[in-house]
Amino acid sequence: MGETRTTSQEAAAGSESGEPIIEVDSLVRRYGPQTVLDGISFRVYSGDTFVIMGGSGCGKSTVLRHLIGTEKPTGGKIRVFGEEITGMHDQNLTRIRRRFGMLFQSGALLQSLTVAENVALPLIEHTELDQNLVDTVVKMKLEQVGLTGHGHKKPSEISGGMKKRVALARALALDPPLVFSDEPTAGLDPVMTAVIDVLTQKLTRKIGATVVVVTHDMNSIFRIATRVIMLGTGQYQGKIVAEGTPDQIRSHSDPVVQQFIKGEAAGVKSSGDRSDPYREELLGID
Amino acid sequence: MPEGFRKYLSLCGNLGYWLVVAPFHGQFYRVPHIFAQIVRIGVQAVPMAALTTLTIGVVLAMQSAAQLEKLGAEVFVPGLISTSLVKELAPLVIAVIVIGRSGSAVTAELGTMKVSEEIDALEVMAIHPMSYLIVPRFLAMVIMMPVLTVFGIYVGLFGGWLISSSALDMSTAFYVSHALDYIGIKDIWIGILKSVIFGVLVVTIACNSGLNVRGGAEGVGQATTGSVVLSLLAVFVANAILTALFFF
Repeated sequence: MGETRTTSQEAAAGSESGEPIIEVDSLVRRYGPQTVLDGISFRVYSGDTFVIMGGSGCGKSTVLRHLIGTEKPTGGKIRVFGEEITGMHDQNLTRIRRRFGMLFQSGALLQSLTVAENVALPLIEHTELDQNLVDTVVKMKLEQVGLTGHGHKKPSEISGGMKKRVALARALALDPPLVFSDEPTAGLDPVMTAVIDVLTQKLTRKIGATVVVVTHDMNSIFRIATRVIMLGTGQYQGKIVAEGTPDQIRSHSDPVVQQFIKGEAAGVKSSGDRSDPYREELLGID
Repeated sequence: MPEGFRKYLSLCGNLGYWLVVAPFHGQFYRVPHIFAQIVRIGVQAVPMAALTTLTIGVVLAMQSAAQLEKLGAEVFVPGLISTSLVKELAPLVIAVIVIGRSGSAVTAELGTMKVSEEIDALEVMAIHPMSYLIVPRFLAMVIMMPVLTVFGIYVGLFGGWLISSSALDMSTAFYVSHALDYIGIKDIWIGILKSVIFGVLVVTIACNSGLNVRGGAEGVGQATTGSVVLSLLAVFVANAILTALFFF
């Protein structure tokens, strides 16, 4: 494991260029006795589409919550735009947050506002634009995600895929240099998954944004990622088991990684292989 | 210190900052949001507040008349109605109405927003939930609770007048002058102070319960029930303490 990790890290380092936008050093997160993140370190460089992947419960969403500052780590350091955010005061964190957009798994649109008002919210809150200009920008953003004419609807009146696209328009409303995306394609059909992937890629490249995506959708990963880390589960819980470009991940020699990529039920990380005492107890065999 | 109470104190401290300090640092109150909440928390509660206080005025008049008639002391009916309404019943009954329809709604709305990641989304958009969600609800409640209470006093007195003028043959002038004889301006201020304190208790408990919802729909339901029960207890205990302080 150690050998393969070193190899992938060296290979990945070859493709790194520019300034690191995010630097994570020895991030540890414990909930009571349970260690969810066990000293992980990685860098996200300017222009990357950086994917954090892994199975359910591996802690990938926890990493994201630490990066956006909604959770504080048990140990380790996180620097975003060169500023240490782990012990940062709320007001400074707010200043940093104005420079990034976030696409939530559920969309997280404010239900009390219309689609257009949701997209307008960051513009109204953080810019001095007058209402006419805000309306124009909102129309442009909705047009970019293919939702022209839906601005007056409430989030409850539109489909899941449309909600994700509105959330994308809202995340990109201020043309942020950094965009976070939590399971952007969860619960969508393959076509809508591709639509969201392509839209995210197209729109973030247009504004030159760095993107951090948390997902377990392999198709999405190979479609959009420039660099990938994979977090482990079970005995590798909270550790990075693979790191590199999508091609390096695809040809990774670690069986845990290959099992995840191929989506196989049986293998090294299967929880179906129970010990004999468990089987005996379950089946009542003496 | 219990975890829930620690969170409540933390919310109150945070709220204090956003109410008192933040406006001096360029973070002004969101006036349109306050008006929107005034309508939802206060104005929409008017019909229910009116019906409840009207029936209380009517019932008070009938009960007191039935008892005082035995002593030949029906003249005290207007005073009894006005005293009970101003000092105790109007602030208390309005608080119960507001807990039932507005406090529970605040908890359920904030809880649902918490569960559906809307509050996280606000934070990540660098919009502080305190300033965007809590301060408008707090100010709306603190403004509307005394307004509803004064309104309730008038409607209750009107209910008493309906019975006094019809069943007890009292003239309107007699009813009004006797009702006013028994209450001073101090009593009215204390009634209003009570309603403000009840408003603070109700809205802070409702917001704290909503913001700390865990789990899904079940969590929202539990938080709403908890918020209503806790608010009722807090208001009744506070009422007893305030009555002891000012009238005993």
